[in-house]
Amino acid sequence: MDLQYYLQQLVNGICLGGMYALMSVGYSLVYSIMSFSNFAHGGVIMVGAYVGFFALTALKVPFLVAFLLCGLGSGLLAIIIERLVYSPLRKRRAPSLYFIISAMGASIFLENFVIATIDGTPRNYPTLFSNSIKIGSISLGLDSLLMIVVAAVSLLGLMIIIQKTKIGLAIRACAYNEKAGTLMGINSSLVIFVVFLMGGVLAGFAGMLYGMRFIVKPTIGQVTNKSFVAAVFGGLGSLPGAIIGSLLLGIMEIFVASINSSLRDLFVYALLILVLIIKPSGLMGRFVEDKA
Amino acid sequence: MSWYYIEGILIQSCYTLLIVLGLSILTGYTGMFSFGHAGFVCIGAYVSVLCTMAFGLPYLLALLIAGLVAMLFGAALGRITLGLKGDYFCIATLGVGEAIRLIFNNLNINFNVGGRTFVLDGAKGIASIPLHTTFPVALVIVVVFLTATALLMNSKHGRSMLAVREDELAAQLTGINTFRSKMLAMCMSALYAGIAGGMLAHYFGYLQPKMFMMVKSTEYTIMVIFGGMGSITGSVLGTVLLCALPELLRAVGDWRLVFYGLAVIIIMIVRPKGLMGGKELPVGKILRMIGGLFTKKKDPPSDAADPGKEVSA
Repeated sequence: MDLQYYLQQLVNGICLGGMYALMSVGYSLVYSIMSFSNFAHGGVIMVGAYVGFFALTALKVPFLVAFLLCGLGSGLLAIIIERLVYSPLRKRRAPSLYFIISAMGASIFLENFVIATIDGTPRNYPTLFSNSIKIGSISLGLDSLLMIVVAAVSLLGLMIIIQKTKIGLAIRACAYNEKAGTLMGINSSLVIFVVFLMGGVLAGFAGMLYGMRFIVKPTIGQVTNKSFVAAVFGGLGSLPGAIIGSLLLGIMEIFVASINSSLRDLFVYALLILVLIIKPSGLMGRFVEDKA
Repeated sequence: MSWYYIEGILIQSCYTLLIVLGLSILTGYTGMFSFGHAGFVCIGAYVSVLCTMAFGLPYLLALLIAGLVAMLFGAALGRITLGLKGDYFCIATLGVGEAIRLIFNNLNINFNVGGRTFVLDGAKGIASIPLHTTFPVALVIVVVFLTATALLMNSKHGRSMLAVREDELAAQLTGINTFRSKMLAMCMSALYAGIAGGMLAHYFGYLQPKMFMMVKSTEYTIMVIFGGMGSITGSVLGTVLLCALPELLRAVGDWRLVFYGLAVIIIMIVRPKGLMGGKELPVGKILRMIGGLFTKKKDPPSDAADPGKEVSA
C-alpha cells in the first residue's frame, strides 16, 4: 500500500471513467435537448460492441476500420431508434415518461434481438494489444492507453463541435430552450438528429473498447446504468458535468473495488441516491423545476 | 398443456397482478413512475422467507409481516424522495431498487432461532422454501386486494391522488395535502409489492437477488401503462395479457422477448393511453358500486361522484 499502488489504481480509474464518459455524454446530450433519460443507449452500446467483434473476427478487417464501423453502426442505430420510436412521440408532444417507457421497450427489444439472432453466449475479442508500457513504476496496458486516448480525443472533438460550430450553437440553444430555439429558425429535428448521431457514434466507440477490455454479451448494455449514474452525478444535461462525473465515478469505483470488490456496484447506486437527496442537479447541472 | 403448467402461469399472474395493482396506485393514479419496485418485491420475498423458514411463522402471517416491512421501507424512501419531481424521482427509485438487490447480494447472516440455523448467503440465494402459494390462496389474496384498491380509489384519498396526478399545484391550492397523498400511494404500493414478494418466494421455492433486476421493475411499469393508467381493470387486463404473452410465445423461444419489446414500443406510439385508457370495464363499475356503498358512510354523498367521468392522463 504505497504511492505506486494508488497511482496504479488512479490510472485504472481514469481508464474506466473515460469509458463511462463516452457513454454518459450520449445520455446527457439527449437529456439536454429532449429532457428524458434514454435507456435505449445501453442497447446501442451493446450493438456497437458486436459490430466491432464481427468486423474483427468474421470480416477480419484491421482494427481501425473495425473501430470506425462500430461508430458508424451505433450512430446509424441511434438515428433509426430516434426516427422509429421517439419521433412519433415527439410529434404528439407526449410526456417524457412515455419516452422513457419506449426507451425501455427499445432496450428490451435490442437485447433480445441479439440473443435471438446471434446467441447469448459471452464472446471474447481477439487480443490485439497485449503489450504494456511502463511509465515509472506504473504499468499501463496498451488497450488501457488506447481507451484513454480515444476517450480524450473523441470527447475533445465533441466539445469542439458543441462550442465552435454552427450546429453546436443550435444544440446549445435548443438545450437552453427548445421552443425559443425553434422560433429563432433552428431546425430542431436536425438538432435531434445530430445529437443522436453523435451520442451513437461515441456509444459505438465505447462499446468496442468495453468489449475489448472485458467481454461481449447481449447484456453488457446494463453496464451503461453506471454511466447513467455518472451523468446524474455530473448533472443531467450538462456535457462537462457528464465527463467530470464519469471520471470521478470511475476513480471512486476503482478505489472502492480495491477495498472490497463486491461493494463497487452498491457504492455506485448509493452515490446515486445520495446525489439525488443532497443535490439532484448534480455537480454542474441546472435543476429545472418540473412544471407537472 | 397440463393443468400444472396453466396453474403456474395463473399463480404468476396473481402475484404479478398484486405488484401491478400497487404500482397502479403509485403510477396510474398518483402519476409517479417507479423503476425500483422489484426492490420492494425483493424485501418482501426475503422477509417472508425469513419468517417462515427461520422463525417458523405461518404463511399468511409471514406475508403480512413482509408487506408491512416493505411498507415501512417505502415510507422511509418516500420521506426522502417524494420531494423530487418527474425524472428525478424515477431515477431515485431506480437507484434504490438496484441498491436493495445489491445489498441482498452481499448479505451474509446466520440466524439461530431455537436451535435451528438459517443461513442467508448473498448471491447463492435460498433454496427449498416451502411451497405455500397455491392457486386458490393466491386468488383469494388478489381478490381481497383488488376490492381494497377499488375502495381506496373511490375514497377521498383516491380522489386526492388523482388530483395530484392531474395537476399537483392545483391540488395543493384546493387544500389537498399532496405530500400525504403521495406518501399514502407510496406506502400502499410498497405494501402490495411486499406481500406479492412473499407469494413469489413461496411459489418458486428458491430465492436469488438476481430475480429482482431492474428489468423486472420495468416490466411492472410497462404492465401498468399497457393496461392504461388510472384503471384497475386495465391493470388486470394488462397483467394477465403480458404474463400470458411470453408463455404463449414460448414456442418461438428467444424471440418472445423481442416481440415483447416491440409490443411496448407500438403501444406507446399507437395507443399511449393503454388498453383501457383510464376507463373501467363494467366489472369495475360493479366493484365501484360496492365501493360507493362503503365510502358513503364516511363521506357526504356529494363526494361519491360518477366514477366514469375520470379525467384521463
